[in-house]
Amino acid sequence: MSTPFLSIRNLGVTFTGGMRPVRAVNDVSLDVAEGEAVALIGESGSGKSVTMRAIMRLNPEARTRLQGSIDLGGRDVLKMTKRELSDLRGAQAAMIFQEPLLALDPVYSLGDQIVETIRRHEPITREAARARALELFERVRIPSAKSRLDNYPHEMSGGMRQRAMIALALSCRPKLLLADEPTTALDATVQIQVLLLLRELQRDLGLSIIFVTHDIGAAVEVADRIAVMYAGQIVEQASARELVRTPRHPYTLGLLKSRADGAMVKGARLEAIPGAPPDLANLPEGCPFAPRCFLAEDACRAGTVDMQQLGPTHDARCRRLDATQPLQNA
Amino acid sequence: MFGYTLRRIIYTAPVLLGVAVVCFALVHISPGDPLISILPADASVDLQNRLRTLYGFDRSYPEQFILWLGRALQGDLGTSIATGRPVTTEVMRAVANTLMLAAVATFIGFVLGCFFGFVAGYFSNSPLDKAASAAAVFGVSVPHYWLGMVLVIIFSAQLGWFPAAGAGPGGSSQWKFDMEHLSYMVLPALTMSVIPMGIIARTVRALVAEILAQEFVIGLRARGLSELGVFLHVVKNAAPTALAVMGVQLGYLLGGSILIETVFSWPGTGMLLNSAIFQRDLPLLQGTILVLAMFFVVLNLAVDVLQSALDPRIKR
Repeated sequence: MSTPFLSIRNLGVTFTGGMRPVRAVNDVSLDVAEGEAVALIGESGSGKSVTMRAIMRLNPEARTRLQGSIDLGGRDVLKMTKRELSDLRGAQAAMIFQEPLLALDPVYSLGDQIVETIRRHEPITREAARARALELFERVRIPSAKSRLDNYPHEMSGGMRQRAMIALALSCRPKLLLADEPTTALDATVQIQVLLLLRELQRDLGLSIIFVTHDIGAAVEVADRIAVMYAGQIVEQASARELVRTPRHPYTLGLLKSRADGAMVKGARLEAIPGAPPDLANLPEGCPFAPRCFLAEDACRAGTVDMQQLGPTHDARCRRLDATQPLQNA
Repeated sequence: MFGYTLRRIIYTAPVLLGVAVVCFALVHISPGDPLISILPADASVDLQNRLRTLYGFDRSYPEQFILWLGRALQGDLGTSIATGRPVTTEVMRAVANTLMLAAVATFIGFVLGCFFGFVAGYFSNSPLDKAASAAAVFGVSVPHYWLGMVLVIIFSAQLGWFPAAGAGPGGSSQWKFDMEHLSYMVLPALTMSVIPMGIIARTVRALVAEILAQEFVIGLRARGLSELGVFLHVVKNAAPTALAVMGVQLGYLLGGSILIETVFSWPGTGMLLNSAIFQRDLPLLQGTILVLAMFFVVLNLAVDVLQSALDPRIKR
């Protein structure tokens, strides 16, 4: 692996706005190489989106405490001034949101929003920016792109909106694309089209992508590497194939078992992980997954658990990796 | 856009007819004979009947209404019973005075209201928000005739900065836009602006807080827009609603705040209505209400058209 384009080290995100601090992200380290697609998967509230937003420092400044470092293209995002930060946002790194209807300004046409973004970062004329917006719309395969540029977000279908959002994100030729559940709000058929589009763009433009999803199937489809998050930590990461074939963390095992597709025979029980994720304002001592883990022993409930290296591209954060070795072959 | 505007103009026709019916009915339903107030107590029955026929009060209500409406459509609102002058002239002069005052008051109220609202919305729950919100609540809840009197006491009686009453040194007939005339407007306009200021500030605060909580604001920051850039987006999102509220407020103020115009002896619609009611001057009362209602309808039309031009989500 060449030097990573994005290198997150020991990232901690704590929200201090409420009654007690909420540790949303805890000691996350993640590398993304140039042109690599990494998927972050996990339950709601496991810190996926917060991690994503921390990369561009989009969490509300006044109520957020950030620790660690985020090295993007050789500079630490957490040490940037406001000015440097807004120069970076949209230009070097861009974000795609889950629900484009909510993430686009409703009273500006899509063309205007793209032109505005381009002209924010590059000194070009309105006409040139508009020509590029048209190119982008064609690139993401929006039919009758020219007239669609004048559409407002509410005038488009969900799939078209997400394509427009992707066009907007790519408008300043970013190197890193942060896609926060880009297909969750879409119909199943449209989901696949958008995923294929993302993968194609990633290959053609050499983009690095971090892709947040609940959907392991989608993650395998798009990502080279998958990181599984639980209670604000990455509990396991490996190449997509390795993670699906030889999962080692009990949580990953549980996630893979609880998938509905293929295994759903009439009358068969859908396996689920018992219990609920912990309260992030009140994390249990030791491994946060221990209360729900079928392998947990007393040692798991005390002290912190460190990341264990299992192979050149496979890490897991668990004390009972010895016990999961035979399980995955079963 | 043009088609929408035209359609909206056509829609106002039935509304205006309804307004005319209601305004005619209200005035005639209320008890009291309009002629009693101008006739001497010992006037003969014969004289009473002659006057009644002259003003048309002896005909049936539908007949009176149609005659009145027919003349009103030609711009003739009848003759004032109290002064004997044409109602149209009286009303128009009063409307011009009130319009001037109300426009200035609404403008002040809108500017201050937006300022307070944006500050409160942007720094919501901070001491700044508390102060701005307090100013807004004060604006909505202070009795404005009382505020008017306090302002007169401070700025006219004590400091002598502004005149206390009237619409200019030469009465209301020769209004000019010079410093002397404008100084007469300062106190009533300020007093009047307090209500729209409060209402607009509260609306804008709620709007801004709601807009800032929406995800697209994060989306805008994620594209590298500066805080100023984001602010401009917030303004454009808040504008349609804020303008609608302003339009309605201007409409209310056009009705002339009877109390404020009385405190400052401002010769506007409020004072005119006041005297028409007390003198049972039915033609004047009818005419004034009709003209004011028409202004209200036209204003709402203008606001709707403007709103749809600003907000693409409003169906054209």
